[in-house]
Formats: sequence, C-alpha cells, structure tokens
Amino acid sequence: MDVLKKVPVREQDPKVRATNFEEVCYGYNMEEAKEEASRCIQCKNPKCVTGCPVSIDIPGFIKEIVNNDIEASFQILSKYSSLPAVCGRVCPQESQCEQRCIRGIKGDPVSVGKLERFTADWAREHKITPQKPKELNGIKVAVIGAGPAGLTCAGDLAKMGYDVTIFEALHEPGGVLVYGIPEFRLPKEAVVKAEIENVKSLGVKIETNVVIGKSTTIDELMDEEGFEAVFIGSGAGLPKFMGIPGENANGVFSANEYLTRNNLMKAFDKSYDTPIIAGKKVAVVGGGNVAMDAARTALRLGATVYIVYRRSETELPARIEEVHHAKEEGVILKLLTNPKEILVNENGWVSGMRCVEMELGEPDLSGRRKPIEKEDSEFILELDTVIMSLGTSPNPLISSTTKGLDTNKYRCIIADEETGLTSREGVFAGGDAVTGAATVILAMGAGKAAAVGIDKYLKSK
Amino acid sequence: MAENYIYTVMKKESLANSIYLMDVKAPRVAKNCYPGQFVIVKMDEKGERIPLTICDYDREVGTVTIVFQAIGTSTKLMAQYEVGDAFRDFTGPLGCKSELIDMSMDELSKKKILFVAGGVGTAPVYPQVKWMKENGYNVDCIIGARNKELIILEDRMKEYAENVYITTDDGSYGFKGNVNECIKDLVHNQGKHYDLVIAIGPMIMMKFVCILTKELGIKTIVSMNPVMVDGTGMCGACRLSIGNEVKFACVDGPEFDGHLVNFDEAMKRSQMYKSEEGKKVLREKEGATHHHILCECHEK
Ligand SMILES: Cc1cc2nc3c(=O)[nH]c(=O)nc-3n(C[C@H](O)[C@H](O)[C@H](O)COP(=O)(O)OP(=O)(O)OC[C@H]3O[C@@H](n4cnc5c(N)ncnc54)[C@H](O)[C@@H]3O)c2cc1C
Ligand code: SF4
Ligand code: FES
Repeated sequence: MDVLKKVPVREQDPKVRATNFEEVCYGYNMEEAKEEASRCIQCKNPKCVTGCPVSIDIPGFIKEIVNNDIEASFQILSKYSSLPAVCGRVCPQESQCEQRCIRGIKGDPVSVGKLERFTADWAREHKITPQKPKELNGIKVAVIGAGPAGLTCAGDLAKMGYDVTIFEALHEPGGVLVYGIPEFRLPKEAVVKAEIENVKSLGVKIETNVVIGKSTTIDELMDEEGFEAVFIGSGAGLPKFMGIPGENANGVFSANEYLTRNNLMKAFDKSYDTPIIAGKKVAVVGGGNVAMDAARTALRLGATVYIVYRRSETELPARIEEVHHAKEEGVILKLLTNPKEILVNENGWVSGMRCVEMELGEPDLSGRRKPIEKEDSEFILELDTVIMSLGTSPNPLISSTTKGLDTNKYRCIIADEETGLTSREGVFAGGDAVTGAATVILAMGAGKAAAVGIDKYLKSK
Repeated sequence: MAENYIYTVMKKESLANSIYLMDVKAPRVAKNCYPGQFVIVKMDEKGERIPLTICDYDREVGTVTIVFQAIGTSTKLMAQYEVGDAFRDFTGPLGCKSELIDMSMDELSKKKILFVAGGVGTAPVYPQVKWMKENGYNVDCIIGARNKELIILEDRMKEYAENVYITTDDGSYGFKGNVNECIKDLVHNQGKHYDLVIAIGPMIMMKFVCILTKELGIKTIVSMNPVMVDGTGMCGACRLSIGNEVKFACVDGPEFDGHLVNFDEAMKRSQMYKSEEGKKVLREKEGATHHHILCECHEK
C-alpha cells in the first residue's frame, strides 16, 4: 500500500449512471475504510479540525475506525454534527478539512469526507442512534425551517434539554437536502430521512405545512404559543432570473423548479403525480453546484445537456468533484458563453438561445477575471428547454412579517456571527437566510452557534 | 389514505355536476386566513401539490372551505373523498389577502364595487362579497357560466350581495350572454356606475373583462391561477408579467391589477403541461399523458 495515495472509492460507471438516479458514489466498505483511516497520523495539532466549520474531532473519529469501534466513532461524530451521512456526501471537503490535512503536503490528504460517510452509514445500518438528552427543562424553543441550519440548531437544543418544535413550510422536512440536491448525490429515504429521524429521536417535534409569516407569525409563536426563543433557518429559496427577453416562455424553468419537481415531488418516478417537462436539448445557465445538479438531472431524464457559463472552467463555482462527474456523464460545457435572448416559437415554447462568446479581462472586485463580450461572436444554440441557475436570495416572507427584524440590502437577516442573535430580542437566525446561498456545513455551523447563543440567552433571562 | 393524515374532510357538498365543496379541518390556516388567499393541498404521498383558493373559513371550528371542479386526474381523485377522509397536506394561507381587506373604511365607503365571477371562480369571489357585507358595504355581483347547471353558490351569494346577476352563455338561466355582455347591460342600459371591478374566473374571461373595463375606465382586480409547485416563492413556476415587472403569483399575488397583466403569456404558460406540445414532450419522455389540474378547475 502506498501511504501517499488515498484508497480510491468505488463509483457507478458513468455510462450506466447517466441513465439512473441511484447514488453515484458507493462509499468505502469496512476494509477500505480501515485502510484509509490508518493513513491518518493522528496529529497532536490537527490542522484538519481548523478547516472544519463545526470543528469535528476528526482524528478522534478516525482513530475509532482503526480501533474497529465504529459505534464509538459515530458517537464522536454526532457530538458535533446531526447530519454526518449528509455532510460526508455533500461538504466541500477539498477546500476545508482535506485541504489542510498534513498528508496533503506530500500526497493525497486523508479522505475525511468518505470516512465520515462510512461511519455514519454503518451506524445507520446498525441502527445506532445518537445519545438522548439526560434531563429535560421544558423550555419551549421554536425553529423555523427544517433545513441543515434548523435541524442542527434543533438537535443541539434538544440535547441540552429544551422542548423544540420545528415549523416547516413544505410537506417534507430537509430543506435543500430534499428539494434541491438530487437523489444520485444524496439518497432521500436512506440517508436524509434517516438523519432527520435521528434528530426526532432526540425529542424534536417537526410540524410541516406551516409557513411562518402566513400560517402564523413569530410574534404569535412567542406571545400566544409560549415559545421563549425562536431560531430562523429559512434558507435562501427565492430564485433569480436574468431579465433577458423570452425568459417567461414555456420550457424555461428555474433550477429550483426543475429540481423540486424531480426531487421533492419525485417526477422521475412514474408512480408520482407531478409532471416534469424534461426536454430533449437543454441548456443550464450558471456554473454552481445547483447548475451541475440540474444538468445531471436533465441528462438522466434523457436530454442532451449544455452548461452555459460566462467565465472559464477554473472559475466554475461548483465543487470540482461535481464538475468532474458531470463531464464524465456527458454534460457538455459551453464555457465563456453568455445568453442574450431566449428564442420562442409561435406556440410560446423555447426554440433556442441567442448567445455571445466571452473572453476574460481584468480581475473585478470579486478578484475573478471579468468576462467581456467578444465582438461579432453571436451564435444560436438550438434548444427546447432552458434552466436558469443564477443563484437565490432569502425569501422576504418572514422579515416582512416580523417587526424589528433587520435585514441587509440583499434581504439577508442580520445576525451576530457568534450567537446568531438578530435585532429582535429572543430571535436568532443562521444559515442561508443570513449569509445568502452558501453550504450545508456553514448552515450547520450557524445552527450550532445559535443553539449555544439561545441557551446562554435563556439561562440569563 | 394513511391514518396519520390530519386534515380531515368535515363536510362535502356537490354544488353542480362535478363541482364540489369541502370543509377541511385545518386550524392553523383557519385562524389566520383572509379572502383572496389560497391553500395548497396534497392528497397523499405521491400526489401533486394543488393550489385552491379559499372559499370560506370558520375560525372557531378551525375549518377552511375549498371548492374544486373534478376534471384532472388529481381533482377526480379528490372528488372521491368523503366526510371523515383526510388529506396528507394542507398548507396555508398562501398569497396576499385581497386589497379590499386593508383598504380604509373611508375609501371603501366611497367605492361602488362590482364582482364578476366566472364558473368555479365564483368560489373565491364569495368570501370577498361576504366580508364586504359583514363590514357594512353593499356590492353587486355577476355570476356567469356556460349554462344553468354550472351556476354555483347562487343562494349563498344572494345572502351577502345587494344585487346578484346571473348570466349564462346559452340563456338557460338569467341573462343570456357572457359576463361582458352583462356588464355592458348594467352600465349602459341600467344606469349602473362602478368604481372597481373584481373579476375572478377562467383566464380568458378575465382577459376580456379587463379589455372592457379599460374602455369603461374602471379599475379591475383579477385573481391569477398559474401553474404552481411550492406556493412559497421558491420555484418561480407561477411567474407572470405584470406591467414591466415579473411577479410571482404565489407571494406577490394571486390578485393583480388586471390592466397590467399579460394574459396571453399567462394563458400560454398555464397550458404548459396541457397543450399538445407540452403533452408531446411529456409523452415522448414518459409514454403517457400528464394532465395538469391547475387551471382546469377554473375552466368553464
Ligand atoms: C441544488 C443545490 C445543490 C447544492 N449542493 C450543495 C453541496 O453539494 N454542498 C453544500 O455544502 N451545499 C450545497 N448546496 C447549498 C446548501 O444546500 C444550502 O447552503 C443549505 O441547505 C442551507 O441550509 P439552510 O438550513 O440555511 O436552508 P435550507 O436548506 O434552504 O432550508 C430552509 C428551510 O426553511 C423552510 N422555510 C423557508 N421559509 C419558511 C417559512 N416562512 N416558514 C417555515 N419554513 C420556511 C424551507 O422550506 C426549507 O425547508 C446546494 C444547494 C442547492 C439548491
Ligand atoms: S490533518 Fe490529516 S493526518 Fe492530521 S489528524 Fe487531520 S486527517 Fe489526520
Ligand atoms: S409556486 Fe413556486 S414560486 Fe410561486
């Protein structure tokens, strides 16, 4: 065994997986996990931990894998994360823990993410659940939104003994984990639901179909229903459009709509009633994780798929692993290309997209080289479907119905980074609702910090 | 139907051939809903999310009244529900309340309002008329449908509206003609004057009412029913062109200034899963025809 090289992980063959919704990556088996775990040199001063937004005791859980005590490994993980099987799959480890791993200096870093996934999957398969709180204090806390931020905050508060209820607008808890990220990257029943069940097993109640700001308000929750503190983890769900002509034509969707139809409503499964117009020739505009997910979904539904992105491959904001997977499966990257207009046929359906080629100029404020249009480079891409994946912003439903809750110009709720406290007493917030669209682990980190903040606040009251 | 479903049907009534009314137990929705808002119902695990305008509510008992026409696959299944059966999901209230609710007393007392209800669109008109009466304002209301059998809620409406005018396309009941001919008759022949029209019905009806009221110089509010998925502003399926802006019907609406709505675009969009082209795309993909129930429940 070459200790400089990580143990490779088995994946579904790209040609096969491009036609199904089963998980791409199989994960490690016991033997592989142990071998990979033994590559960790158990640093005294582990750099990996400093790269983790929730400071998981990484050498700690890895050591228990080597010791063959996976249950102990899981209990270490669940001290820090309520959703380890999710994190192991979707966290950008390459820019966090793994980027800082000592092993990475002269070889491959330890595959922290794949090991985390291994432990969490093993625990689930062996029906190991996180340790329950010892004492309940009966103090009621409301959590808005059952995404990663809300679930984490709720789980942590429940562990401290609080009586927590999550209010979720949709009919399923999970947030982006159920409506956005596709099955082939994050299995819904097996992984997401199971981790949510773990959170419930700590005593957390989840009330679905409650839209805060409409069904009830934060004021009502606090004044009439006896909640002493509220955590807002309502995410950043509002999709952006480009504002180019033709964008309201039939066959133009936001990535959120396309993904929601397929993931939350399970349109790919014929026994479900919600339809999806998958398209034959699809362009996904944008270059983030969401764009990759939409593209790979369209591909699996049988389309030829282009990613249309105005910068070059190095600037693609999506995780490298996702871009790599998308290319392997046959998604075509149309880089340095910007849409100008969506062409519409006489019946109101998309027939193509007028695009222009771009080149990279001087770096702009974000430090990335600014794309500029090449002269006389217009061309037409023939299409029947366009999926807009240009980012999302927080939904104003809550901020507009809660007096005294300050937001910034991007409609993000203003909250203290350390405690999650907002401008309203007793109201805390975190995750995408505060930062704008970010990552699962950052949302979880914010949920964790707010749980501590809420505990401190309620104890001092 | 699974046992843990909690949104129970408390009352079921057949209003006309294939048009049903149901009172559904949903205390959170009943507590905070207003005329103009809607709910999303999902029958079971595999069902679609179906938006339906709120037709009435009882805050004490905790029920919300919905009315639907059984045309699509899902609404036909819904029609089979009896008292005691329950929906898996019932979310709301969604959307904004009717503009009337927040208008000042002063403003309302100066306005003569005409409601124009088309087909199943009579259901969302009803709570607004009722609300007006309960707050001391008299309004007129036209109920239009293809024929007598499709006129619904007439008795209830008469309890609350000062004048109810019935009109049928075939003349089988009331005035003979479409709602526009009825409006013209009221304004031109019967000396009626209106400051505000609220028209709710099939999109094509709302479009033509708006063309007429623009000529007559009467401000008109319409309630839009585009394709929706989440109903919370998350997907953009419900987007509409209103003047020069793009609005999401589920959060910015469903009511809009009818003179600013791009009805042609909205009608095309609402055909997305129903038109031949949409069906063809679906057929090629799925080997079957999918019906989208959304607008069918507002078709005459
Ligand atoms: C397609 C896609 C792919 C992604 N891929 C990755 C990835 O690979 N790795 C990664 O780290 N991140 C990824 N992200 C980003 C990540 O999913 C989010 O940053 C994260 O989910 C944010 O968590 P959250 O809890 O703040 O919000 P969300 O997950 O958005 O959850 C918010 C919840 O609140 C609910 N809600 C909203 N308003 C209300 C209300 N008024 N009342 C009640 N409930 C309400 C919503 O329905 C939702 O369930 C991806 C995002 C998308 C869309
Ligand atoms: S930095 Fe790498 S080698 Fe060191 S403890 Fe962390 S994972 Fe192990
Ligand atoms: S229905 Fe999804 S945004 Fe309106």
